[in-house]
Amino acid sequence: MSDERASEAERSRASTAERAAAAGVSPAAVSEAMGEVDPSIYRHLADAQMNVELDTGDMILNLGPQHPATHGTLRLVVRLDGERVIAADPVIGYMHRGYEKLTEVRSYPQITTLINRIDWLSSFANEVPFIHGAELLMGIEAPPRAQYIRTILTELSRIATFLLFLGEMGLQVGALTPAFYGFRDREHVLNLIEAATGGRFHPNFNRIGGTKDDLPWGWVAETRNTMKVVLDACTDFDNLVAGNEIFEARTKGIGIIPGDVGAGYGVSGSNLRASGVDWDLRRDGKPYLVYPELDFKVWTHPDGDSFARYWVRLQETREAARMVIQMLDQLPAGPVMAKVPRIIKVPVGEVWVETENPLGQMGYYVISKGAIGPFRVKIRSASFSNVSILPWLLRGVYVPDVITILASLYFILGDIDR
Amino acid sequence: MDGTLALDLGWGTILAIKTLIVLAAIPAGAFILGYVFLLKMMSHMQSRLGPMDPGGFHGWFQLVGDGIKFLQKEDIMPAQADRRVFAIAPAIVVISTFLVFLVIPTGPDLIVKDLEVGVFYALAVSSLSVIGVLMAGWASANKFALLGALRAAAQLIAYELPLLLAVVGVVVQAQTMSLQGIVGAQQNGAIFGWDAIGNPFILTQFVGFALFLVAAQAELTQTPFDMPVAESELVSGYMVEYTGFRFLFFFIGEFGTAFAFSALAATLFLGGWAIPGVDDTGLANVLGPLVLFTKLMFVAFLMFWVRFTYPRLREDQLQAVAWKYLIPIGLANILVTGALKVAL
Repeated sequence: MSDERASEAERSRASTAERAAAAGVSPAAVSEAMGEVDPSIYRHLADAQMNVELDTGDMILNLGPQHPATHGTLRLVVRLDGERVIAADPVIGYMHRGYEKLTEVRSYPQITTLINRIDWLSSFANEVPFIHGAELLMGIEAPPRAQYIRTILTELSRIATFLLFLGEMGLQVGALTPAFYGFRDREHVLNLIEAATGGRFHPNFNRIGGTKDDLPWGWVAETRNTMKVVLDACTDFDNLVAGNEIFEARTKGIGIIPGDVGAGYGVSGSNLRASGVDWDLRRDGKPYLVYPELDFKVWTHPDGDSFARYWVRLQETREAARMVIQMLDQLPAGPVMAKVPRIIKVPVGEVWVETENPLGQMGYYVISKGAIGPFRVKIRSASFSNVSILPWLLRGVYVPDVITILASLYFILGDIDR
Repeated sequence: MDGTLALDLGWGTILAIKTLIVLAAIPAGAFILGYVFLLKMMSHMQSRLGPMDPGGFHGWFQLVGDGIKFLQKEDIMPAQADRRVFAIAPAIVVISTFLVFLVIPTGPDLIVKDLEVGVFYALAVSSLSVIGVLMAGWASANKFALLGALRAAAQLIAYELPLLLAVVGVVVQAQTMSLQGIVGAQQNGAIFGWDAIGNPFILTQFVGFALFLVAAQAELTQTPFDMPVAESELVSGYMVEYTGFRFLFFFIGEFGTAFAFSALAATLFLGGWAIPGVDDTGLANVLGPLVLFTKLMFVAFLMFWVRFTYPRLREDQLQAVAWKYLIPIGLANILVTGALKVAL
């Protein structure tokens, strides 16, 4: 199966010129043979670094970079036969901000401001692996209460991200209302994050050695109430979206990623678990934060289709809400900052830290040469690898399914382009 | 029938009045449906308020303001567009809606023209709009628009048939195709001998009513059959290149057609302008429009309720629904209706 696809891909990649030369045809004859094709498509083709076959009568459709379904600036160049996709090529880089380079001219405490903006929907979760890596290099450990606060806020940002997804997916399949419910319910969680950190989207709350502040008064009780709201919202989405026959018809059996293929492309997180791969860095990776002390279930689904991805995220939202309640029960007292030098200098060394972020595996490889800033940082973001499967996945599906597959993979453009 | 409005006017004056009323009915209907359902009902379903400020009372002026805004916008035409076709297309969509209104009775005498083949005519002219849609999609020189237009054409062909089949049951029961005759048949009919409220065909032709609503939803390209506009896929499909007053025309066409189909459904299945169980009050010409409007809003509510709740089917699934389910059900409905009509 995969061999067949690979050879097909090889063939479609053979460039026009090569093929023409191999067949002994002059370039003029090539352009004559292509006479009926609108020449303006070649401009798009050149952009997309895609080559066209001689016999093409197909339509090239540019989805994006300004298309509502790509929530951001992803551009998909799809070649269509009627409504069926023959080839799809994602073009990324419209939002590249050079964060890896920028980190080299910032000090460690300043970098959290940057990495906040990688996956902007769950920014708190982005800070954790980097700060954790710096702490490992310095040999500092944050006090238990700070670890708990970090874990709670990470799970809250997971809930916020997934609630939006649960509604957004409905919108991409054509139902208007769930999107508004998603935004409405996420608002409760964002309010909690704002109350604790002062920032709704970019908390910038982690410090090397702990957190900026303790939790505000009344926050724990408020969070408990909100988790009930979140669980109710999950029930709503289960009935309104996942339980809808049309939604099932549109997503079941569409965009199937077999577990081994997904893992081969570097797909991670909920997308991989929806393909039946039981792999969660919170449980299986190097221990970080307080996850080893928690009792939680890793949800998987055997199907690997768009519906499975929706279902897994739905279950993970519920699981995250339960984890937050569990952590609130166990929340220890004590300080939230360890003893840290006034000017942070990280000793010479290298460290690789990876965490289970809402979108999947996120990792930082930090090289320090003993200065106040890192020498080099390599950021491994989940969405970049998740969309790399698109050319394989989108071949042969219909245009409406392109949208549901894109929505179900759930990527954030900042997380792709960095 | 001598109504209360039997004034002695020349035919020219009457023609002018009728034209004006019909011309006013479309934007007014589009405005009412747009405001009540699109702005208000949808907002409340989505736990928000919708516009509250324009006009003072619950933002009723919002749509008028939008209309004025559209009128003063620049009229942009794509460079490669087929200019004349591009310009005519929205008008054709709206005209097909105007034509439907000609045969819808709003009272014993309040009808532009009571055609012998009223239902047939209404369904025929309503499907003219697809020509406008195809023209718009083709002339826009835009791939999204083209895909949308082709989807619309395929969809309308598939759903014209269930729509007709749904109405055939009504025609068989009423023994006439004139809409005025169908209203009379419902008012004076009887359900197996019980005639207290006449025979609103929604009670005896409930299968036909359901079929009609589903097929009308597809004709109006509303969710779950809104693939031609499909905002999340085709970015509004055939309308994507339209701005200003041409877009306004499409908007009026969309909601005006919804208004027309609701009125048609109310006339065919809910007894039209007549009040069930109440015989001629002498005020039928005054009350008729109000009664019809009430019934029409009920039908429109059902349509928009579905529109704002359901996701969208895929194009091939839509065809499957039409050919595998709706058409066989429609045929069976006609068979049963015919058999009962002959037997009783």
